[in-house]
Amino acid sequence: MILINCPYCGERDQSEFSNGSEAHVKRPENSENLSDKEWGEYVFYRANPKGIFYERWVHSHGCRKWFNAVRDTSTDEILRIYKLDEKKPELNDFSNNLKTPSGEPEVGSGNFTIKK
Amino acid sequence: MKKKYSILSLIKNSFSNNENWQKMWRSPDPKKTYDVVIVGGGGHGLGTAYYLAKEHGIKNIAVIEKGWLGSGNTGRNTTIIRSNYLWNESAYLYDHSIKLWEKLSEELNYNMMFSQRGVMNLAHNEHDIKEMKRRISANRLNGLDTKWLDTKEIKELVPIMNADNLRYPVLGAAYQPRGGVARHDAIAWGFAMRADEMGVDIIQNCEVKRIKTNNNKVEGVETSKGFINAGKVAVVASGHTSVLAQTAGVRLPLQSRPLQALVSEPIKPIINTVVMSNAVHAYVSQSDKGELVIGAGTDGYNSFTQRGGYDVIEETVRAIVELYPIFGKMKMLRQWGGIVDICPDASPIVSKCDVGGLYFNCGWGTGGFKATPGSANVFAHTVANDEPHRINAPFNLERFANGRLIDEHGAAAVAH
Repeated sequence: MILINCPYCGERDQSEFSNGSEAHVKRPENSENLSDKEWGEYVFYRANPKGIFYERWVHSHGCRKWFNAVRDTSTDEILRIYKLDEKKPELNDFSNNLKTPSGEPEVGSGNFTIKK
Repeated sequence: MKKKYSILSLIKNSFSNNENWQKMWRSPDPKKTYDVVIVGGGGHGLGTAYYLAKEHGIKNIAVIEKGWLGSGNTGRNTTIIRSNYLWNESAYLYDHSIKLWEKLSEELNYNMMFSQRGVMNLAHNEHDIKEMKRRISANRLNGLDTKWLDTKEIKELVPIMNADNLRYPVLGAAYQPRGGVARHDAIAWGFAMRADEMGVDIIQNCEVKRIKTNNNKVEGVETSKGFINAGKVAVVASGHTSVLAQTAGVRLPLQSRPLQALVSEPIKPIINTVVMSNAVHAYVSQSDKGELVIGAGTDGYNSFTQRGGYDVIEETVRAIVELYPIFGKMKMLRQWGGIVDICPDASPIVSKCDVGGLYFNCGWGTGGFKATPGSANVFAHTVANDEPHRINAPFNLERFANGRLIDEHGAAAVAH
């Protein structure tokens, strides 16, 4: 369970919100010229990183307004929350500590999140 | 030496305090080169190695696992096995798996504790009834043993169920008698042991950091124990598959989310079948130890944290207590989460990709355990022949371009 700081209502429990998947996905403007593969990529393919993730949330059981967030999916730590009309923060603004794909210690498959 | 288990070996080893059992598999150092490197030592990955060695004569194989065998979703699921899927493609795939499950204990000489105690999917409203009856009809056309139960028949099978005095009354159920549960560790260990006997190297505590490609062809894998050359690389890494695919420049339509399960304190036998309810979201079965094994839902957002949100288990436990008031005062012993990789159509990807020699078996989402032997069997065929088996041919990556989705999400609600 995480707390999300709604830019309009303040900090609320995550269960009040709905996740809107990856943020900043732009609908292709030349869709009539796209191949099926390219169109399929727009429809079905979304980023799924372990680490820094730009995503959308909506405060569905509150103000019902949408906003963007930057979250570290390896720890669920929310690093930045910004309104839809604000500029997308640069990846370089955040220090992503994951050195390997799993981001876990060398031996074992311990839960990195809890150890942190 | 071939390891045989029997009542005699059990007795013999009990006299020496069970300290002299031979090791089930070796722990070799990785060789420089393998014909096939399988990334992920869960049931699907180890099974792939087993079937590659057994049915396709490829013996120079390594299975590389980040943690220990079965430490990912193989050891974290609620072990439900069934094949009552709506669409033909899914029914063929999952029933292929059940048929393998049925003879696996004997084939591996290792007890899978496969118990065909039946799986029941409850209907709570008019729409559920229509959807399930449609599914039953589709199943029967595919030769599956699903049937409709009315409330009276449900109460006979599960007398402790509160079917009428609740917010969403139980109006009937789809029931598959051949479904059931199995021991999750056993399938990983059984496959590992027999694959090891055929010369497969199982390398644990070794992380694959990067899949190296050259000229759109796979070259090997960078691991925490050095670089390993590989003719073919088969990725079976569940939640982390998209992370690994990215290192080879491949994009997959997967989203990784935590899925939770919990078990109660052990009690005497009280429920002798698997009961699933999509509408109120509660799955329950009883393990041989006597614990209630309860499956919760996925979190509503992408995460790799292997724990999951409390509100999700609260919702599930609420539904369980309403359906079975007798469980109201039970204590839950453990709760955990696993990271599942979900496809847009909630069907898996068992496919080659644009990179030569690179294969993916992923996207099993919330229901991959039941498919373990079937998935491994057809995936081994795909890897060995560079061509899909006719059963997994529809589960390709091209379906996200040509639109031939196998949409089990919409068709079968939560539990697909």
